[in-house]
Amino acid sequence: MSEIAQYRRPYWDTQPEYLCESYASTQKRSPSKPLILLPQTLSEVTGPVFGHDTVKLGDNDLTHHHAGEPIGERIIVSGRVLDENGQPVRNQLIEAWQANAAGRYLHKNDQHDAPLDPNFTGNGRTMTDSEGRYEFLTIKPGAYPWRNHHNAWRPAHIHFSLFGNAFATRLVTQMYFPGDPLLPFDPIFNCTADEKSRNRLISSFDWEKTSPEYALAYRFDIVLRGRDATPMEK
Amino acid sequence: MSLQMTASQTVGPYLHIGLDGLNTDNLVGEGVTGERIVLQGRVFDGNGKIVPDGMIEIWQANAHGKYAHPDDTRELPVEAGFKGFGRISTDAEGGFRFTTIKPGRVPGPGGALQAPHIVVSVFARGLTKRLATRVYFADEASNADDPILKLVPAERRATLIAKRTGDGVYEWNVAIQGDSSGNDETVFFDV
Repeated sequence: MSEIAQYRRPYWDTQPEYLCESYASTQKRSPSKPLILLPQTLSEVTGPVFGHDTVKLGDNDLTHHHAGEPIGERIIVSGRVLDENGQPVRNQLIEAWQANAAGRYLHKNDQHDAPLDPNFTGNGRTMTDSEGRYEFLTIKPGAYPWRNHHNAWRPAHIHFSLFGNAFATRLVTQMYFPGDPLLPFDPIFNCTADEKSRNRLISSFDWEKTSPEYALAYRFDIVLRGRDATPMEK
Repeated sequence: MSLQMTASQTVGPYLHIGLDGLNTDNLVGEGVTGERIVLQGRVFDGNGKIVPDGMIEIWQANAHGKYAHPDDTRELPVEAGFKGFGRISTDAEGGFRFTTIKPGRVPGPGGALQAPHIVVSVFARGLTKRLATRVYFADEASNADDPILKLVPAERRATLIAKRTGDGVYEWNVAIQGDSSGNDETVFFDV
């Protein structure tokens, strides 16, 4: 019996398996042996603490770090980071990255024949506030072709990386857009068996957040693992 | 209220764009006590090929066995120059290298002390979720009594133990999947 309050394991099928046949790269990059269940110790329930000095003013704006404005549809992406108990995850770092409006990443290994945008790098950072809220200003990324199978296209997506309060809560995910016709064809999206869990990766159009004559808006809430109550002293 | 955790998705091949800004391969700041060490190794896939597009994150206690985190409430010294977090992408040879200090011992299940260890997350294209593992140190007698190592089948424990190869240098490789060339699959934990 461990006396440290434990972070709960996810429900069945709500996370992708390591091996997902349709996503070719997983075949040689997935463990073949079962993971060993570990009682969380101080090492797992603690984790790196990033202060607000990790983020500079404007780091959550992917559109204003260059000489001009990037090409593309300006969008505000915002939401809340909560844990499974519904509590806000406060003052926590979020890192984000994405392709440009043409579906091209500013990366030496991206050979996709679509234009780079001199005014778009595609990386951002922010901290959640005291209510767990976050916000990014960016442009809508384009679909991205990859070589997983014949005529493979990734749906438009933004990558998000979060630590939460503990090593146990570390999460990297991707946000998708509502109504994207590529979602049914995408192995990475479909590697998660539970449909409801998959659909939670799709942001919702956020009319209230739109900015007249400036930007459309999408809402994406992120949920990190919940922790059990502290066990009673024996 | 009962929400469900957001599904993990791979970092993909272009993780550098978003994540390099937080790279920290030297964890040792001003005035940090303890034995300085280098932890280095390479990451391999199930073909025995290197993984040049991965990322390793480490998290550890300071030399006193204290984590720089509010949930570690034990009265042990915190050192301003030691946060305990490292992150580095694997290089063209699949390699990674951290300069840090050997962590002190921290309590485990039931309060028994664990052997000195560093917890590790591995990310890469093709990994749908991060892989969580641990690194122990070959020259530590306390490994024999470690409550977590005891959960691992004896014949697999070596994959979690870094070998001392030189003055303060510890070598530890990650094999995401066992392969025919003799790389034993690293033990990964469901944390």
